[in-house]
Amino acid sequence: MKLSHESIEINAGLMIALVLVAISIGGLVEIVPLYYIEDTIEKVEGVRPYTPLEQRGRDIYIREGCYTCHSQMIRPFRDEHMRYGHYSLAAESQYDHPFQWGSKRTGPDLARVGRKYSNAWHTQHLNNPRDVVPESIMPNYPWLLSNELDYSDVADRLRALRLTGVPYSESEEEYLANVEQFGEAVAGQLEIHRAEENLLDQAQSEDWDGDRTRLTEMDALVAYLQVLGSMVDFTKYDEGYFAEFR
Amino acid sequence: MRGGVEQWPAWGLHMVQSAAAANTQYNYDIIKKFTVMALVWGLLGMSAGTYIAAELAFPFLNFDIAEITFGRLRPVHTSLVIFGFGGSALFATSYYVVQRTCQARLVSDWMANATFWGWQLAVLLGVIGYMNGVTEGKEYAEFPWYIDLLITVTWVLYFLVFVLTLRRRSQPHIYVANWFYLAFILATAILHIFRNLSVPVGLFNPTSYSLYSGVQDAMVQWWYGHNAVGFFLTAAFLGMMYYFVPKQAGRPIYSYRLSIIHFWALAFMYMWVGGHHLHWTALPDWASSLAAAFSILLLLPSWGGMINGIMTLSGAWEKLRTDPIMLFLITALSFYGMSTFEGPMMSLKSVNALSHYTDWTIGHVHSGALGWVAMISFGSFYHLIPRLYETRLYSTQLVYVHFWLATIGIVLYIASMWVSGIGQGLMLRAFDDYGNLAYTFIESVVFMHWPLVVRMIGGMFFVSGVVIMAVNVVMTIRRAKNEQAVLEAKIAAKMARAGV
Repeated sequence: MKLSHESIEINAGLMIALVLVAISIGGLVEIVPLYYIEDTIEKVEGVRPYTPLEQRGRDIYIREGCYTCHSQMIRPFRDEHMRYGHYSLAAESQYDHPFQWGSKRTGPDLARVGRKYSNAWHTQHLNNPRDVVPESIMPNYPWLLSNELDYSDVADRLRALRLTGVPYSESEEEYLANVEQFGEAVAGQLEIHRAEENLLDQAQSEDWDGDRTRLTEMDALVAYLQVLGSMVDFTKYDEGYFAEFR
Repeated sequence: MRGGVEQWPAWGLHMVQSAAAANTQYNYDIIKKFTVMALVWGLLGMSAGTYIAAELAFPFLNFDIAEITFGRLRPVHTSLVIFGFGGSALFATSYYVVQRTCQARLVSDWMANATFWGWQLAVLLGVIGYMNGVTEGKEYAEFPWYIDLLITVTWVLYFLVFVLTLRRRSQPHIYVANWFYLAFILATAILHIFRNLSVPVGLFNPTSYSLYSGVQDAMVQWWYGHNAVGFFLTAAFLGMMYYFVPKQAGRPIYSYRLSIIHFWALAFMYMWVGGHHLHWTALPDWASSLAAAFSILLLLPSWGGMINGIMTLSGAWEKLRTDPIMLFLITALSFYGMSTFEGPMMSLKSVNALSHYTDWTIGHVHSGALGWVAMISFGSFYHLIPRLYETRLYSTQLVYVHFWLATIGIVLYIASMWVSGIGQGLMLRAFDDYGNLAYTFIESVVFMHWPLVVRMIGGMFFVSGVVIMAVNVVMTIRRAKNEQAVLEAKIAAKMARAGV
């Protein structure tokens, strides 16, 4: 049998099969090992799933398309270190479904914005960015202050996230595993049947949006922004440690 | 290379030209519908793009209205132009090309119609959702889970219509344009399914959470994102190129061998390059380095396609002086060549360190999207529409006007984004004599104002070109209807005289 390209050109089934082979290899080689090579995600303490309030804030972050202008991925360069802090670790976004590393910085990176500014600053800035940064080109988000936070489906949301692999606990057994991994305080936050109660408690634990009498979308978003990049205590690790994983 | 020409079988180039026969022989109705919707979505999507460009230059344009803020309109823009305009243009041209080159009617009218309504519904529901905050937050895959399912069903039907029609072909060979359309349909199916695996919060809840997280989600995202470029916006439009360039030029494709080599190389290599969107991130170095290596290699098959297209005009270069449609097609190929050179360059880690996160990327995307995808579509439509409606184009002069508006718009767009992107990149990495950061972030934002204004003006040029095209198309369709009416009146008069 003579092998020639003609045999493919006259056979649609063969062409489909060969195209499928050609287009499958690249993705398989680059994606599958990321689940099996152990060094892909750094071994580091402190990273935990989001609390119910933070997760609702994250949902709002996605809803408003914040990722179209803000990245959450600091690169290992001197200027980025000075401007934003330690470069981002893979571990820090291991519970992010979906990831929000972003691809464009029309505004600054937010990977370590947590606790850099006060709650009052964030509320004022989101309500009207030009109140605190006169040259800003960010839109105003006044509705975050006027919209009540809808938390009716927060347990369902955690349940869906649990199915994707985030360790929110449904059973006593899962709760105990979380106690071992994250400590009792965090494990309590991850209990799905207590999601609403936890959300309301955290909303009251701080003055997020300047008005404790109402639970607004601003409360949730500020709570989310304030936890970004603050989970890992970098003073515990010497500088060479994270480089081993790269 | 020229020797290859004789090897081309009759594929497509010596076909029945009688339009009257064509209308019953082929399903043109579905092509007309997709063509018109491509223009409608294109006009809306490019206008949305120009509006969000204006919002960045003049933020008061957000007007404190949630539905039209930049963050919500940006996916409206990208989805309308990629899936609305680009997708409809690909459905239209693939249905035309597969019928003409196989000399066979589409296998099923209802299935073809179902792909039309499924696709239009997906785009419409998608963008209404974005404006109301329903999004999955994954670039170019923002559609919520129920639209993902609708697209999946539509795509399976599309695959069936296309492949079953191929099987009806009257000659043994499958024409090269159809290889590219086929690769595009298959790759898009795989990309769409694996990027959108997610767990819905509830049956009546629009939110779902991606099955992947963090670094794996990032890799899946850019495997998807870059191959949306590679197969949706490149391979498929190369299919368009392989039919409409030789038809409009009246000459066979330059090299048969080159088309084989660059087809398989493109199909194989594109899938490796997505990681170059993740240089210097928490993605392991091995993955992004591999992606960079393949990105550089990809220059070869990309330019293979460009050369094959442009050289088809070899011996008929004077057409560039007399035929504005040819001008669109060849300019599109030139922009394709340019952006596929710029892309590998930007995938080098040292260049990417500066260009990533800046407007340079936005400029690069638009040199491909406006210069290549939109220009090749416009050229193909100007060829296609008179044939669909069995008439002549209303105005060739307006095609020239459109061409120059589009070209000036693209040049303004790309040049301003180079200034903005490279400028911001340099400012953010500058240090003063004491080793401190020379600029704050907001100083780079202030610097970008004028480039952003020029980009907006570039966008306005481009959109006004599309408006001209829309007028030209509407007038062409009206002319066709008038001619039809006159013809019918004549026949009726003759019949009356004959006393029938």
